Amino acid sequence: MTTSTPTRPQPVLQLRDVRKSFGAVVALSAGTLTVDHGSIHALVGENGAGKSTLVKIVAGLYRRDAGDLFLDGEPVDFRSTAESKAAGVAVIYQEPTLFPDLSVTENVFMGRQPVGRFRRIDRRAMRAEVESLFRRLGVSIDPDRPAEGLSIADQQVIEIAKAVSLDARLLVMDEPTAALSGVEVDRLFQIARSLRDEGRGIVFISHRFDEVFDLCDTVTVMRDGAYVATSAVADTSEDRIVRQMVGREVSELFPKLPATLGEALLEVEGLTSTGVFHDVSFTVRAGEIVGLAGLVGAGRSEVARAVFGIDAYDEGSVRVDGRRLRRKDPTAAMRAGLAFVPEDRRKQGLVIDATVARNVTLAIRDRLSRAGLLFSRDENRAARTWASRLEVKTAALDAVAGTLSGGNQQKVVLAKWLATEPRVLVIDEPTRGIDVGTKAEVHRLLSELAGRGMGILMISSELPEVLGMADRVLVMREGRITAELDRADADSESVMYAATHATGAHA
Amino acid sequence: MSAPPIARTDVTRHLRSVGAAREVGILLALLVVIALATIANPNFLFSADGWRDLFLTPSILAIVAVGQAIVIITRNVDLSVGSVLGLSAYLTGRLFIDLEGIPTSAVVVIVVAFGALLGLVNGVLVAFAKVPALVITLGTLYAYRGINVMWAGSDRVNASDLPRDFLALGTGKILFLPVLTLVALVVLVVAGWVLRNLRAGRELYAIGSDPAAAELYGLAVRRRLLAAFVLSGALAGLAGVLYAARYGTVSSQAGAGWELDAVGAAVIGGVAIFGGSGTVWGAALGAVLLMTINRALPILGIPDFWQRAVVGLLIIGAIVLDRVLAVRQKRSLLEAREND
Repeated sequence: MTTSTPTRPQPVLQLRDVRKSFGAVVALSAGTLTVDHGSIHALVGENGAGKSTLVKIVAGLYRRDAGDLFLDGEPVDFRSTAESKAAGVAVIYQEPTLFPDLSVTENVFMGRQPVGRFRRIDRRAMRAEVESLFRRLGVSIDPDRPAEGLSIADQQVIEIAKAVSLDARLLVMDEPTAALSGVEVDRLFQIARSLRDEGRGIVFISHRFDEVFDLCDTVTVMRDGAYVATSAVADTSEDRIVRQMVGREVSELFPKLPATLGEALLEVEGLTSTGVFHDVSFTVRAGEIVGLAGLVGAGRSEVARAVFGIDAYDEGSVRVDGRRLRRKDPTAAMRAGLAFVPEDRRKQGLVIDATVARNVTLAIRDRLSRAGLLFSRDENRAARTWASRLEVKTAALDAVAGTLSGGNQQKVVLAKWLATEPRVLVIDEPTRGIDVGTKAEVHRLLSELAGRGMGILMISSELPEVLGMADRVLVMREGRITAELDRADADSESVMYAATHATGAHA
Repeated sequence: MSAPPIARTDVTRHLRSVGAAREVGILLALLVVIALATIANPNFLFSADGWRDLFLTPSILAIVAVGQAIVIITRNVDLSVGSVLGLSAYLTGRLFIDLEGIPTSAVVVIVVAFGALLGLVNGVLVAFAKVPALVITLGTLYAYRGINVMWAGSDRVNASDLPRDFLALGTGKILFLPVLTLVALVVLVVAGWVLRNLRAGRELYAIGSDPAAAELYGLAVRRRLLAAFVLSGALAGLAGVLYAARYGTVSSQAGAGWELDAVGAAVIGGVAIFGGSGTVWGAALGAVLLMTINRALPILGIPDFWQRAVVGLLIIGAIVLDRVLAVRQKRSLLEAREND
């Protein structure tokens, strides 16, 4: 096995302008990355910047639409995970993937166990090799125990042992530290450094800047599915990386029309759910769009679900029009004038197999029914009103919702809730997976609704959307609100800073 | 050895003993049943026929159960084995009748290949159409049986249609063991060895333990699933030949309901219904226990209609035991982690 690094002219991994789209959505438009031997290379970017897509292409899970992929200078094209593995690429996913019923040793060697006569698995050799592997990595995990019940940290160690036994030349770690404690992170870093010293290339994806600066020597920033910049960690700074991550002009694509702000409609005070979010307080006024920004996993969607009464909370209160809402009672929330458009419309927002008309009238079927019966005629009439107001592009109201494009599906969900004539709209990721044209329409619509006196709480991971649309921006990090910024004060840097730092904005 | 020490922990040792306890438990239960039946009627064990039936009766089911266990280990199930067995048994008879003088060995090869083909149909549908095996094999259970009924009609193969030396296989013995039992033992030893010692065998466990992880590992999931179903079909086909040899009479309903006995045997024998663990040895022992109980209950004077209920209780008991052991194992592993 390699222990020292002779100078190698070729980088271990090279991607040039790699492209991947899913239907109309471009996940990766220009993926470019060069990783040298004996280097730990950080890959950073906002959620949706295309990091995971890039990793999955390198792992052989996705096939690229265009662009070049080289391993040690050789052009490669992986059609399966088996092929990338055979070429010496090991990927450690955020969630380790082990076989719980099988022993630790078998997990390390599955698919490539050492074999002897009659292709019989040589258990003794396997066992000896796993012991020497673990000793090299400095860990003491019982090789004979089943993988079931291992801590995430230990599972990751096993994934790394797998990679090392494969003699992988390239190791990709996708947010490996997300679930680890401090000591475990230290152990992981130690292992990563020793692998680097053996001349392997390592790609390290993380949202934590301190880790990037502690561990990595080079950093590549991605944004909107494209390469932005690569620099030596020594030559750059946190501020610069943040600027590169968000640094686009906030285009005029998202115009929020000025509206006169009215009385407070939604008041949330001291909302706490143990282990999920803490002491969350904010107000949404009539005619106002409040943006809720932060990284995925910061607890934003959880707050929205608690406000609407889907999930319970431990402490605090939610008021609409000054009247306190009952906990965990979405019906009461709807009656009080709240509407909630969830993040995952296919699973939570739409009845995917039902018609557009059915979907639009779903939330008002009590009002439409006559003597407990629903008539298609009434449904269609009500649906037509809303579908045309939102310009849902569908040939017929009896088209099945699942056949519409993402943008039109989102409009149907919106129509459903607008039909209830709500006073406050809570909307989670309003334009995720929607093409640019429809995005602008959704934004125009939200702005118009606010103009008519509706209060809107908009959760969004897309900074330009938040900055363009919101009158006020709340930033959450790890379950707490870390900053509240007025439209004038909010810019990409201040929001991004608050989303990644425990203390408030520095702007 | 130098530091750090990598020792086998108490937890592992404990788990090993639990794993072995399963087979020992079945064996003990079997011995108790045999003892009770023998006390009630000494002929159950101490007569030439009693001794022979003790081994002969479970042999065919044991072969089917081995195939079933292989499929269940991959987190699938093959409900068509009873129909495959029936169709194969009828084909065996037809071959002897329609091609007079055909050697027995040729019949065995043809019928086993036929069973494998029926298994291949299952496998292709499961591996490529991505429809749950439960549904697919429920469909082929009826389809294969339908073909059998269409083909045989009210006709059936009688012992008088079959060559005498073929029928002799069904009851004959070598030394002190019936031929069928020896065949079952060979199947068992080979299957057990493959599952334990070959990569292909271990990958079946991996696929059943976590199918998504198996894909990420880059294992040849489809090919392995295909192989598992082909094996199950081939073994059911072999069982069909042996069925014809043993009973001589084959109607269009031969083997009806065997799929449930086979699944039951595997489950009783400790093959986890969600895949990933269990051995073919356990499944075979389960088959022996199941069939022996069936024979012992009448001798013990337990009424006919209770017999099915006893089998049911046994299966439920086995599953509850599995659950309890799994929960306890998980807890002890978590506790071991806390104490680290």
